[in-house]
Amino acid sequence: MNLILSAHEIGASDLPRVGGKALALAALSRAGFRIPDFLCVTAEAYNAFLDGAGLRERILLELHRKDFKEMRWEEIWDCATRIRNLFLRKPLPPGLAAALHAAAADRFGGRAVVVRSSAPDEDAQGSSFAGLHESFVNIRGAEAVVEHIRRVWASLWSDAALLYRQELGLDAGRSTMAVVVQELVAGRASGVCFSQSPTEPSQALVESVHGLNQGLVDGDVEPDRWVIDRDVGRLLGHTPAPRTRQMSAADDGVEMAVLPAEIGSRPPLTAEEVRAVYELGLKAEAYFGAPQDVEWTLRGGKLYLLQSRPVTTRAQAPAGDQRAWYLSLHRSFENLKALRKKIEGEQVPAMIRDAEALAGIDLGGLPDRELAAEIRRRWDVNHAWVNVYWADFIPFAHGIRLFGQVYNDRIKPDDPYEFVSLLTHTGLASLERNRRLEALADQVRRRPDLADCLRAGDCPEKAPEFRQSLEGFIERFGDLSCSVTGGTQCEGATRPLAKILLEMAARPQTPAGAEKRADVGELTRRFLGSFPESRRGEALELLDLARASYRLRDDDNILLGRIESQLAAAVAEGRRRLGSGGAAGGDPEALRAVLENLDFGGRMHPAGPPELSKGDRVRPRQLTGQPAGPGVAKGKARVVRRHADLEDFSHGEVLVCDAVDPNMTFVVPLAAAVVERRGGMLIHGAIIAREYGLPCVTGIPEVTSLLRTGDLLTVDGYLGIVTVGSGEL
Amino acid sequence: MEDPEGIRRVLRELLSTQRLAVLSTHTGGQPYSSLVAFACSDDLRFLHFVTPRTTRKFSNLQHDGRVALLVTSSANQEVDFHEAMAVTVVGSAGEIPGPEKEAALERYLGKHPYLEAFARSPTCAFVQVHARTYILVKNFQHVMELHLEP
Repeated sequence: MNLILSAHEIGASDLPRVGGKALALAALSRAGFRIPDFLCVTAEAYNAFLDGAGLRERILLELHRKDFKEMRWEEIWDCATRIRNLFLRKPLPPGLAAALHAAAADRFGGRAVVVRSSAPDEDAQGSSFAGLHESFVNIRGAEAVVEHIRRVWASLWSDAALLYRQELGLDAGRSTMAVVVQELVAGRASGVCFSQSPTEPSQALVESVHGLNQGLVDGDVEPDRWVIDRDVGRLLGHTPAPRTRQMSAADDGVEMAVLPAEIGSRPPLTAEEVRAVYELGLKAEAYFGAPQDVEWTLRGGKLYLLQSRPVTTRAQAPAGDQRAWYLSLHRSFENLKALRKKIEGEQVPAMIRDAEALAGIDLGGLPDRELAAEIRRRWDVNHAWVNVYWADFIPFAHGIRLFGQVYNDRIKPDDPYEFVSLLTHTGLASLERNRRLEALADQVRRRPDLADCLRAGDCPEKAPEFRQSLEGFIERFGDLSCSVTGGTQCEGATRPLAKILLEMAARPQTPAGAEKRADVGELTRRFLGSFPESRRGEALELLDLARASYRLRDDDNILLGRIESQLAAAVAEGRRRLGSGGAAGGDPEALRAVLENLDFGGRMHPAGPPELSKGDRVRPRQLTGQPAGPGVAKGKARVVRRHADLEDFSHGEVLVCDAVDPNMTFVVPLAAAVVERRGGMLIHGAIIAREYGLPCVTGIPEVTSLLRTGDLLTVDGYLGIVTVGSGEL
Repeated sequence: MEDPEGIRRVLRELLSTQRLAVLSTHTGGQPYSSLVAFACSDDLRFLHFVTPRTTRKFSNLQHDGRVALLVTSSANQEVDFHEAMAVTVVGSAGEIPGPEKEAALERYLGKHPYLEAFARSPTCAFVQVHARTYILVKNFQHVMELHLEP
């Protein structure tokens, strides 16, 4: 077996074992290009690890929990996370470990290296995996090198790579990965050169940044850009960048640093250096016989070629190629920090202001025509915030994922979702709301007269102070009855809210802080302690970002719910007027026009009731989904197909629904477990179930059709399995 | 495939391509398993197999006709864990009555022609299992049941 090869040992027929990147570097090295020293850990080493660690079938089991096409991206991310953890934790076969350690130590000693992917698939069908597999810069010492080889192997199974391979019709089961370990040349300036511009064939492009080119490749540092006329080699133009930051080598990996002003005031390259880079690109093009996309760095006046690939693979993706979208699934720390500033500093306060301003309007006092205009305005406001939700709030959830990956890389925990414990108890709005609701229920529990007035619906007369507490609750969190009725009735203390309070009051009070408590302090210390002293500040910053991201994942829906309930209240008022025949001198046509023309569809999509087939019957016995909250519980199913189904929720039932929306999580404290059609570990249902320590299984296709209210369920949150019935034949 | 027709299709495919089933019977509460060459009717209502009358399985099912059969697409490879399916058939077994036997036996021998001498031996019984429930397992742990109308 050829586990490790040097440049001179790699020949043209070695593509399947070394991948395109290593093959190109070996060829360039032989042709006399200045290439940093490298070795290639072949696909045979990857296969030896997979077989030795028993991972081959383990991975396929993970990917075949259900039909890949039925998996949402979040579920694919979850699969990728579990697979990555296996790669990090499984021991290497002893012979392989010894060979990799010896090769890394002999060749590089304590010198810094870059560990890059070189997957044979990358050259298939004109596809480009550029950026989909991982690279690690500034790694030192044999042990760290081997550790990062594992991470590169694991990146073969990242969510983005899985999706892309699926799109190209490549068999995931046959994929392999080779790895290039290359000496790090930390240049003064770095960049890329397209010997032919992807958009204008008569031109070439040079892009450059100060420091390492990691920032440029990741899109975090904007490069200076030069355009060159290919025919005459003349410089056509230079677009300077702001040059405020640079990526530089840190103790361990790379970090974004402020670029000193005296350096930032100058372009990273002189005109002569631009020409030298362009010539390097041309030389590579001449050697390979096709325009090249070259990465390079400049150190001590010498230009090093870091890698070279045909321009087509990066720039001219096949029609319909979604790689750019898959890449956008991962956001850098820098990108997320900027997003957080925008969300917390501008968007959330503006959203609260909007909700408060809308709540301050007396709808009853508006004439029909003005009410119609108000409905229209509220629809626009709601629509605008829904757009912000998709454009900014959803992408910000990547903060949780980024943290999860860093945590798992550092700690290698048994449970790849241990990191979520560090993010919980951060003051979720829905938990605060549930605590207030519990306090109201407690009043009902202690005062039978309140229970009586809730049953009779005459609290306003019989218990005005209690009525006031209910109104305070509604003002702060929106009207629960809106959630229960899907926005069709939004009046304080309506029957559904009363029923929930009575159900909560009918059982003993949940002890304060009944939500699950992990030893967050210990986990935090362990996480921070895994970083060298110099990087702890950055680690803490990442944890803080992840907590903000986790909080927003829940709060954003509560905030949207507030806006939505204001829209619903205006719609309800309009409908009430039309239903009652309208006031004298009113303008019902204006109301009718606006109500008929706008789409007020709720965010919940009711699934039809299960069809009862005549004759033979199909019954689920064991349904598999994703294990999204550990624990086991038994209870009767409460299948929620419409919001109104929530009002009958009884203590000890299993909440079964299409997708838990934070506006409906007030029943979760009553539930024994949560089962959801929508898949993922970080969806609201899973988040809230974890907060309450409830078993949770997500991602069961058609679950609301397969199960019926009253079915006896056993929810196994460790394995992600829901068992139906008692097992009798 | 979670609807009755989808499940029936999967079952027909599996039961027509597999030749062997593990038969479970019992004697006095002691479970007993044996391998049988089976065939299944198109409507999934009946499965058939042949056994010498001297066997434990035949003696067991004469005392208590309740049986289960297990059929799997497993190839004894690692990939079975994510690729293979298994079905458990629950029903009641007994020797097939005279007039129906010949047609069913013809169909059976269509699937297992090499067993003709064995099947037609006077010492063998042609057993019919009246299937009540099919329990289909795929994707490692996903289990659906098909209950046939009595």
